[in-house]
Amino acid sequence: MSDRLSVFKTYKLYVGGKFPRSESGRVYEVTDAKGNWLANAPLSSRKDARDAVVAARKAFGGWSGATAYNRGQVLYRVAEMLEGRKEQFVREVAEAEGLSKAKAAAVVDATIDRWVWYAGWTDKIAQVIGGANPVAGPYFNLSSPEPTGVVAVLAPQESSFLGLVSVVAPVIATGNTAVVIASEKAPLPALSLGEVLATSDVPGGVVNVLSGRTAEIAAPLAAHQDVNAIDLAGADEALAKELEIAAADNLKRVLRPQAVDYFETPGIERMTAFLETKTVWHPTGSLGASGSSY
Amino acid sequence: MPTSPKFSASLGQGGAPTPTAHALADVTASDSTLRRFLHGLPGVDAVGLEARAASLGTRSIKTTAKAYAIDLAISMVDLTTLEGADTPGKVRALGAKAVHPDPTDRTTPTTAAVCVYPDMVAVAKEAVAGSGVKVASVATAFPAGRAALEVKLADVRDAVAAGADEIDMVIDRGAFLAGKYLKVYDEIAAVKAACGDSARLKVIFETGELSTYDNIRRASWLGMLAGADFIKTSTGKVAVNATPANTLLMLEAVRDFRDLAGVQVGVKPAGGIRTTKDAIKFLVLVNETVGEDWLDNHWFRFGASSLLNDLLMQRQKLATGRYSGPDYVTVD
Amino acid sequence: MAFEYAPAPESRAIVDIAPSYGLFIDGEFTEAADGKVFKTVSPSTEEVLSEVARAGAEDVDRAVKAARKAFEKWSALPGSERAKYLFRIARIIQERSRELAVLETLDNGKPIKETRDADLPLVAAHFFYYAGWADKLGHAGFGADPRPLGVAGQVIPWNFPLLMLAWKIAPALATGNTVVLKPAETTPLSALFFADICRQAGLPKGVVNILPGYGDAGAALVAHPDVNKVAFTGSTAVGKEIARTVAGTRKKLTLELGGKGANIVFDDAPIDQAVEGIVNGIFFNQGQVCCAGSRLLVQESIQDELLDSLKRRLSTLRLGDPLDKNTDIGAINSAEQLARITALAEQGEAEGAERWSPACELPESGYWFAPTLFTNVTQAHTIARDEIFGPVLSVLTFRTPDEAVAKANNTQYGLSAGIWTEKGSRILAVANKLRAGVVWSNTFNKFDPTSPFGGYKESGFGREGGRHGLEAYLDV
Repeated sequence: MSDRLSVFKTYKLYVGGKFPRSESGRVYEVTDAKGNWLANAPLSSRKDARDAVVAARKAFGGWSGATAYNRGQVLYRVAEMLEGRKEQFVREVAEAEGLSKAKAAAVVDATIDRWVWYAGWTDKIAQVIGGANPVAGPYFNLSSPEPTGVVAVLAPQESSFLGLVSVVAPVIATGNTAVVIASEKAPLPALSLGEVLATSDVPGGVVNVLSGRTAEIAAPLAAHQDVNAIDLAGADEALAKELEIAAADNLKRVLRPQAVDYFETPGIERMTAFLETKTVWHPTGSLGASGSSY
Repeated sequence: MPTSPKFSASLGQGGAPTPTAHALADVTASDSTLRRFLHGLPGVDAVGLEARAASLGTRSIKTTAKAYAIDLAISMVDLTTLEGADTPGKVRALGAKAVHPDPTDRTTPTTAAVCVYPDMVAVAKEAVAGSGVKVASVATAFPAGRAALEVKLADVRDAVAAGADEIDMVIDRGAFLAGKYLKVYDEIAAVKAACGDSARLKVIFETGELSTYDNIRRASWLGMLAGADFIKTSTGKVAVNATPANTLLMLEAVRDFRDLAGVQVGVKPAGGIRTTKDAIKFLVLVNETVGEDWLDNHWFRFGASSLLNDLLMQRQKLATGRYSGPDYVTVD
Repeated sequence: MAFEYAPAPESRAIVDIAPSYGLFIDGEFTEAADGKVFKTVSPSTEEVLSEVARAGAEDVDRAVKAARKAFEKWSALPGSERAKYLFRIARIIQERSRELAVLETLDNGKPIKETRDADLPLVAAHFFYYAGWADKLGHAGFGADPRPLGVAGQVIPWNFPLLMLAWKIAPALATGNTVVLKPAETTPLSALFFADICRQAGLPKGVVNILPGYGDAGAALVAHPDVNKVAFTGSTAVGKEIARTVAGTRKKLTLELGGKGANIVFDDAPIDQAVEGIVNGIFFNQGQVCCAGSRLLVQESIQDELLDSLKRRLSTLRLGDPLDKNTDIGAINSAEQLARITALAEQGEAEGAERWSPACELPESGYWFAPTLFTNVTQAHTIARDEIFGPVLSVLTFRTPDEAVAKANNTQYGLSAGIWTEKGSRILAVANKLRAGVVWSNTFNKFDPTSPFGGYKESGFGREGGRHGLEAYLDV
């Protein structure tokens, strides 16, 4: 059996729930930590980025309109599906990041638990950061968070799987949709995650995964007028500044890159970064024409 | 195990309709009285309405009840073809299907009517002659209704002259949405007059364009005040057609109108009802909202085309125990 | 010809009820120390479903000890691990929901439509919701690292057996407590099936202990010195007794008790939907609901119209076999409850209120009560003051919003209320004045795991559900 020739996987993008090759028709070589060839990954173009934004926008209404409970169930389903494909991800993460099998397994375990963590947040974040405001007048006044829209996410370059999920899950947990640029040198776990999402009840277009040159893909996304926010986790200092300037054109919400230990339990900042607060006023008035006498 | 006895339903008197609703005589005196009346109708809570419709949708209709419902539904179908490509051949085939929906089983009831464009009425009339199947014609510049009143009335007279038993008119949604209720009312009344004694009038609101449930309730009352024999949801030509919720709302309207005015009006959901399961849900709505007085094709219709074949396949399934397939029903 | 619905019974073959069940202590099914058992019957047929071990004081002690032993490890687990246990339980409940729905309908008598579409989805959702809190307690507003209390003694009623279990167990476990739970004597089965779900989920032994039994077992549990937290849902009379029992101890107490909810319908209400809300408010679960809208307060100007509509609607209700998917009204849970409802209804008549029911044939065996409406009821009538806990609606009238609020609040209870009007500011103005823990507007009997539930006044204290529901199980 050992001399059997294995079947290679063709890695593809994940856009709008489908698995297209890059519109550019180009690929680039992905290697392991020692420089051995692993696969050819699609080299996404600006047109792929544009298509991904269209898909994300199309998915936004349904996903943001789903109940928080429903989104929680879907995110938990992702964890269930990942658990079943653990071996594959342990191998991909080990190869991508040059980790031992045991360390890669710890990374994958933490990644699955991260999905579970965010699955539990969908129906709680509003209770933690929203609430009634005691305005000085006869008004009911309630503030609630709402997703900001389409979020471009530059996934971390080093942590190709745990880091990826740690930045994608908080974006979609609250109802945003995402266009994700995978780690440039280690895109394979991200592309495989697309396959998991496609079988996890996550509606097509909620997460779109592109691989290629981060700077090339990020530039049109940062300038795109139909993108509402951008997470610069995977950008270096110079690129981050350039993208932040481009993002100012339509005042995108920007989350700047910062040092993160992805093994640590996160706070809620990655969620609140991409939430708007809506405050609704409504008169309460009095019971009768002469004011309340009760 | 005890069975589920149904409480005896007592749904009002259902006595002989009186021609004019005395209680409502002054309502249409002017645009402003009409507006005040229509806007004074109780509001509709959308969530509650849809929840009630969905809840009735969970009724489980099995065995004998299903057989009864399928035959009833077949007998309520207005078998419809409203295409630019309609030809005499197509209409004749449709007529034949209406008369003998299932050529292998002559116990199958006929449909209520065939529904065609005015220029096809004569052909349709001939195709169903002697069967009891009615010929309904859309008219009044269907489906948009964007034409001068005289043109619309000519359209109606043409269909009636060709022998149409029923006229399916569309209201002027533009006028309705602009608040010109009296204009809509007058137009319906004029069409009603053009129908004379020979044709029953169905008034189509195009509920998908009226958009809100409050509007659908107001349109229902407006149509009934103007003399509609039937109120009908849709043309089948827009995105949102008949739904359980808008049909439930219209059933409530005909129920309340009979209580107030003593006149019974029929209801016709149209468009988007394709399966037996859907049709049975609508019959449950009728049964539990207005009761058996409306469970007859004189008072309730389905505007549909593909629905009939699904009903026939389900009917065959009940008869034989096997699931049927599209090769065992006719394509016309 | 009338459209009669043929019987459409849900298959009971989906649930396999054993001839006998033990107590569930420390992960094992066991007999009662004194060997006592009791029978549980199906209220719609009086058929004996199973024989169940009856817990006594000695068993309570054993269960509390098991829970105490399990507490150390359970509370020390990372929250994320406790979360995953609860997620597992939520998922298994979803998987087995049809089976549990049929079981609940058999043991309780409520229609399958309700157990299938309301009870079971809410049960699973409740576990799912609190699972997510287990590793986020520091965000709940009770300090950075709030601690559990210890062993929770929980006593639940028979009206929503599995749902009340979920309301008690899910937050207790999420926060790191262990539990001893006593289900009601007429509905022990779903809790025992839940024990099996704990086994499937691999829950550590002793974290959940189930003690079927009567009031004596509940009293022993509440009084047990090693119980740190008492949670009770049931009658106000028993709630008061429990409050006396725990007086002077350090036990934390939450009580969810009776109610006499007012459903207030103003003259500008969406009438058809209001009628649905009134029906749902009082006939959901045969009115055996603590937050039932058992007092209809209707504005006098629309009384006749509304009552006509309501009566017409009641005539379409289908009463009968709870397993039939088309049944709207099922059986009363027990002979005792039926007797109480009957007595109160008779008192209503004796005190001069006008009684009305739709023509309705009641099955010959089992415990049944026809949907009943009382008009000409005033605040002075017993049926306007006492909780009937049955399908009996008392109709009162009011003239002004002030009067509606005054009458709605004129009760020792304060659990729920409903407001029906198209005017938003009136909803909020009236809601502000109502002394009730849950106010529904243009809807009724809505529940959600994210939404706190609980009463004012003699309807109890503490809240279950939502972020608020965590507090009852935390040392804060």
